[in-house]
Amino acid sequence: MGDLPFAIELAGQGVANGLMYSLVALGFVLIYKATDAINFAQGEFVMIAGIVIAALASDAYGFPLWLALFAGLVFMVLFNIGLERVVLRPLIGRPIVSIIMATIGLAAILRGFGPMVFGSAPRGLELPIPDSPVIFGPFFFSPIQLVGAGVSILFLLGFGWFFLKTRKGVAMRAVADSHQVSSAMGINVEKYFALAWVMAGVVAMLGGVLWGSMSGVDTQLALVGLKVFPVVILGGLDSIIGVIVGGIIIGLVEALASGFIDPYVGGGTKDFAPYVLMIIMLMIRPYGLFGRKLIERI
Amino acid sequence: MLQINNIEVMYNNVVLVLKGVSLDAKEGKITTVLGANGAGKTTTLKAISGMLRPERGEITRGTIEFGGTRIDQMAGFEIVKNGLVQVFEGRRVFVNLTGDENLIAGGHIEPSVAEMNARKDLVYTYFPRLKERRHIRSGYYSGGEQQMLAIGRALMSNPKMVLLDEPSLGLAPMIVEEIFGIIRRLNQEQGVTILLVEQNASLALEYADYGYVMENGSIVMEGEAESLRTNSDVQEFYLGMSEGGERKSYRDVKQYRRRKRWLS
Repeated sequence: MGDLPFAIELAGQGVANGLMYSLVALGFVLIYKATDAINFAQGEFVMIAGIVIAALASDAYGFPLWLALFAGLVFMVLFNIGLERVVLRPLIGRPIVSIIMATIGLAAILRGFGPMVFGSAPRGLELPIPDSPVIFGPFFFSPIQLVGAGVSILFLLGFGWFFLKTRKGVAMRAVADSHQVSSAMGINVEKYFALAWVMAGVVAMLGGVLWGSMSGVDTQLALVGLKVFPVVILGGLDSIIGVIVGGIIIGLVEALASGFIDPYVGGGTKDFAPYVLMIIMLMIRPYGLFGRKLIERI
Repeated sequence: MLQINNIEVMYNNVVLVLKGVSLDAKEGKITTVLGANGAGKTTTLKAISGMLRPERGEITRGTIEFGGTRIDQMAGFEIVKNGLVQVFEGRRVFVNLTGDENLIAGGHIEPSVAEMNARKDLVYTYFPRLKERRHIRSGYYSGGEQQMLAIGRALMSNPKMVLLDEPSLGLAPMIVEEIFGIIRRLNQEQGVTILLVEQNASLALEYADYGYVMENGSIVMEGEAESLRTNSDVQEFYLGMSEGGERKSYRDVKQYRRRKRWLS
């Protein structure tokens, strides 16, 4: 097939999208690592962040963009602190199913709450980024995707550095390892739970801005959250490197599937190809590419 | 240094595990609590270190004082800041962290990085073997190395007192000797007060200064380690000797079972 340039262009877009998936999935992984909670509302966090920022920046409220972004960040941080304190903390130690159900309920509430307060009409979220494509030789890239990929890489590396090199990061990994022992080492476990939720709020806010500016902001934005699952299953539920690699793979699969398979079957493969990959992964390597295997001492 | 006054511990609001335990660990000494499985030794340690609440246990009566401060209602992480730290039964190292990172996590309450690194170097001088393996994930350590790491990690918080829960559990006798030797050196050179819980009574009485014997959630006997070692009841039930001081043959066990003097 003489489609190589086309394939490369698709791959570029796929990687960019994939990195933005990674960013959103990172929120999920942070919470799972630190608190053992599986958060089904990560997509809705992205949505609510997008809705709040777009609404504030719209004519109705008339905030300048920077202030809307800042307000969105503050909102997500406070919202997640409150959420951890009120909903999740009392559930610590309960069966994992209770926590999953609580987050699913939370997701539904957010999907209703956003439009109720800010209106259900889709809004645009205009970032000061030019629309004209960036051209590398024969390839065209949209600037927003490049910015999105750049921001994602920056934050992923930032979080990676935090976990591996800082004392707080080590303490957070210790908390993930054992709550009881960490607290016996003088680590305030609940503080780190809250920190994990705050970080998840921050990446959700970034995700909301990036995805919102590409596809517009309405409740559909929450669908980004569905892509989190193939990403984390592929990369490993508790691995930051896994999140990056998993995101890139899912982005690539999506882009290539839509470019090369869709023309033959009439479209739609983009939406399910990642899940096919996820199921295959679950069968051959359930802990993901980089997930931790349990060390079994014999 | 540590005074426990008549505490009762209840699990799930029904099960009374400790029925009025009092004990006193003197500063700079090694105090040991002996007893069989289920006597309440570990529960006593968890009551001291504030680890009962996550397990739905509660101190329903009595007080615990450490260096003059009441700690029985404090959260676990606050008690560590007061200078009292527990080493759990079964090592419980952070298996996904390297040895070095385990120590960093143990030094969490130390605000200064320089202090923390100095502390780490001190731990490595006592446990040179840990230094060799510092960048390896601790899940791959041998049992003895994990126990050393668990003790070293506890030392990172610069404690005045360490609670040790069965440090000999599941380790080869040679390693046990090595670890107890280091514990004694820490006690003598660093002045760390130690409360040691052990099932291995002869080992514990060899290293300890003072001992308590626990049964069914109560203290049934206490005394200087030397006097406990020669006490005929302790010899019979915990050291496996007959009254003459010789090792007892199992052939005799069935024929005559001495009555425990402290039970009514």
